[in-house]
This record gives sequence, structure tokens and C-alpha cells, in this order.
Amino acid sequence: MKETQYIFSPDNLVASEPNKFDASKLKSEEMIINLGPQHPSTHGVLRLEVLSDGEIIKDVVPHIGYLHRCFEKHAESLPFNQIIPFVDRMDYLAAMNSEHAYAMGVERMLGITNQIPKRVEYIRVLVAELNRIASHLIAVGTFGLDLGAFTPFFWIMRDREHILRLLEWASGARMLYNYIWVGGLFYDLPVGFEQRCREFITYFKPKVIELEQLLVDNKIFIDRTANIGVLPLNLAINSGATGPMLRGSGLRFDLRKVDGYSVYPELDFDIPIGEGKMGATGDCWDRTWVRVREIHESLHIMQQCIDQLEGEHKRTREFDPQTLVPKKIRPQAQEIYVRAENPKGELGFYFRTDGKSDIPFRCKVRACSFVNLSILPELCKGVLIADLIAILGSIDIVLGEVDR
Amino acid sequence: MDNARLIELVRSVAGTVEEVKNTTPLSLSIDASALILVCEQLHKNPETYFDMLTCVNGVDNGPEANTMEVIYQLYSIPFNHSLMLKVILPRENPEIESVTSIWKSADWLEREVFDMFGIVFKNHPDLRRILMPADWNGYPLRKDYKHEETYRGIKID
Repeated sequence: MKETQYIFSPDNLVASEPNKFDASKLKSEEMIINLGPQHPSTHGVLRLEVLSDGEIIKDVVPHIGYLHRCFEKHAESLPFNQIIPFVDRMDYLAAMNSEHAYAMGVERMLGITNQIPKRVEYIRVLVAELNRIASHLIAVGTFGLDLGAFTPFFWIMRDREHILRLLEWASGARMLYNYIWVGGLFYDLPVGFEQRCREFITYFKPKVIELEQLLVDNKIFIDRTANIGVLPLNLAINSGATGPMLRGSGLRFDLRKVDGYSVYPELDFDIPIGEGKMGATGDCWDRTWVRVREIHESLHIMQQCIDQLEGEHKRTREFDPQTLVPKKIRPQAQEIYVRAENPKGELGFYFRTDGKSDIPFRCKVRACSFVNLSILPELCKGVLIADLIAILGSIDIVLGEVDR
Repeated sequence: MDNARLIELVRSVAGTVEEVKNTTPLSLSIDASALILVCEQLHKNPETYFDMLTCVNGVDNGPEANTMEVIYQLYSIPFNHSLMLKVILPRENPEIESVTSIWKSADWLEREVFDMFGIVFKNHPDLRRILMPADWNGYPLRKDYKHEETYRGIKID
């Protein structure tokens, strides 16, 4: 028997996260409504303290940190290659994209970015785009679920399962892959993967259109999302929104194009933006529409990657994706900020190394969900409580990344 | 705008500027008292126009160096250039002016730095702990941080 983990005392049963508003100081018509942390439409352990006047919201205070694991403290005691599994667990719906950003950052510190074989880069982009589709599917499907549309959720789960099986085939894990390593990959793609990817694209293309017709063009859906939670462009930029949030507000800004990292400059794809088709530009509908359009673009990118992987950068007997993986990662003393486009926005890594050890002196993550969520109080002033759920769903947060 | 012009511009506002070596992107170290002036200038000046504050992070240099740093990652969408702005603070009672009046994104980012390092941001609208519980003792990301034995009767491993 281990020693006691918990000592009971009535004094310990107090809320560790007190309300910001004092109930005794409210006006007579105001009340505090507590949403979460265990509420299905908060997409994880997020607690919202809502100050409302009947149905109208006066203020929202998000309380976060229920899933806080202090990644940054852990990273200060781990070698660079052992941090990758921790990076997976931040945005667990798009682990490949986070790994890609992280590996890119460390490679840039080591100065081996240009030596990475083209085949490795194409595989990275291929799996990252697969994961981007999976993440966007969850975003769109659960958003529908929040608004009462049940069927699309089952459809996206069915299609996402194909992606997870593909990624499991390549890496051995369904969600937390540890597949992209610093300097290379865990392993080459399995034989026949490219063919199966092609089959998936052929299968999936009509399904997206189906999803679009069922959910995004649906009258009820449009009524619930158009002109709700309008995020003007200047506010979006000033509050640091990135990803579909920023593009939904009408700015053609995508780091895959702006920074042109990895092999993205060689690939042809569009950046969809919100055009205000159903209401004002930057409303919940625009953000969802941008995500659905991005799924189409990702499929287009995947197609080109597969063409390359079957053509110019074919699998050979000699090819080993681990050739460049360093045995010991010890970058020179430096500071660097690296960023990449994740499904949810700009994922940034700040590293400081002292050049004397294999572990980072400081590793900071700029989490896109965290910054995007901070706009929520701004968007929710004066809306109805039902619209709060719509706005929260359209932001697309993953609490693992918000809390890290 | 090239780096030399940028350094010149910051120097004209801040007085003393030091370029930090081996950084990507360019990193400039300025005095804590000049932070607001420099940020306002960088935000408003049509030549620089840093309209986005992407990241605020703290660094604790440890008890030997006895300093802490706050690092601001600025980015300008129209000009596509980035800048790292650095402020060095003492380890005892670190205080700095908040930039929430210029960039709204600073709100939560500064709260996180306060939560993890205990750096106080003056004139911040709502400076509370954000990730750790409100009654947590100590600042976890400081290099000499030692966690407590128990938190509300729960053993901490």
C-alpha cells in the first residue's frame, strides 16, 4: 500500500478558481451563470463565467488551466528529441502539424534545414495535410453538434477514421504519432501508402461536398451562424488572431505562403478567405466556410505530394529517412522564434539554448488556441447565450493546447 | 525596412539600444522605461507598422545572473518583417509597463508571464493567475522554483 495521496479536510473542499465577479455586488437584474468545466459544448475542460442580464450576455470570463501540465517546465529538463511526444500532446487533434513545426525549429537551430531530403519533406507535408483535414473535420463537425446538427458529426467521424487508420499505418499510433523526427522521420511510408492515399482522396472528395450541402449550406445552420460573432479585421489583427479566425475576417494570410517553409513553395494551393457571403465578413459562418474550403485545398496539396512521392522522389532501397537524424542534438548558443501554420493558427516556438547542454534553456510555445480564445470576451458582449455556444464552437479550440 | 534603419529608429526613441547576437529574427534589447514609447512608435510609424504582437514570453536567467527577461515577438503583416524586443529586469520585484493599450493580444500573454514568472505588468486591466490555481504559491518557471509538498491535501509528485 502506498502512502496516502489525499488527506481529507473540509477546508480543502473550496473552489480553487474563484469567480471574478462578486455575486453580492451585482445589480438586481444581473446574474452569474457558470458553464463548464465539464460541459460538452466547451470542447474540453473550459469554464466560462457568464455575467448575464436574462438572455443577454454582459461579460464572459474564461477560466482555463484545468489541463495544465506545464510543458515548458518539462521541456527544460528533456533533450530535444524527447520533447516531441510532449509536443504531440498539446494539440492532440493535429499532432503531425505541431511535430512538423517543432522539428523545423530545431533543424533551423542546427542549420540542417537545406540538407533534409526532398522525399522526407514531401512525406511530412503529406501527413501534416492529412492531419489538417482531420482537425478541420472535427472543428466543423463538433460545431454542428453544438448547434444541434447531429448527423454531420457521425459523417465526419466516419471519414476521420480513414485518416486515423492511414496515419496509424504509417506511424503506429492513432493520434499521438511521434513520427516526424528532428532531421528526418521515424520510418519511411509503408509500401502501398501512396496508393491508399489516392483511394482516400477519390472517396473523400464527394463526401466533403456532401458535408457542405448538409451542414454549411443548410438554412438552419446559416440562421444560427450568419452575422453572429462578427470579428472585424482590425480587431482580429490587434488581438493576435491567426489561422481560420484571421482568414475568416477577410485577410489572405497563410504562413505556408508567407514564410514558404518546407516544400510549400513548390506546391500549388489557394488561400480561402471569408467573403461575407451570408452576412457580415468575419462571422461564425465565414470561419466555418474557410475551414471547409481549406479541406479542399489540403486534398489538392496531398494529390501533388503523392505525385511527387510516386514520381521524382520515389521510394528506393537505399533511402533511409533517419540518415540525417542527429545522435546528439546540441545547437549553438542562440535565440530563435519559429512559426508554422497549424490548422488552428500560428504555432510558434521560442527556443533559447546555451550551447553547453542538450536541453533547451527555455522553450516557449505560442499556442494558437490560447490567443484565439482570448478574443472570446470581446466577441460575446451583448449576444444571446445560445450564440455564445456558436461563437465558442467557431473559434475551434483544443484545450490541450490552450493549457499546455 | 532593413535592420540598420530599424535599429536607428528604435535608438532615436529609446536612447540606448543593444543588438543581441545570434538571434532569429533580429533582437533588440531596450531599457524597461522606454518600452511603451518604443512600442507605440513601432506600432504607429508607417515605415515599421508592427500591427501584430504574436508572443510575449519571459526568461529567467537564474539566481547567479540575477536577471529576468521579457521578450516581445512583433510582426508586421504588410511589410512581412519580424522583430524580437527584449527588456531585462531585476529578479527582485520585477515590474514593467503593460502593452495592452497598444495590442489587445498582450492581455492573456502578459497574464501568463505573470503567472509563470511573477513579473508584474503595471496598468494591466486584469492581472490574475491564468493557468495555475489562484491560490498557488510560487512561480513555476523560475529556475529556483520548488513546488510545495501538498496542494489542498493532494500530494504533489
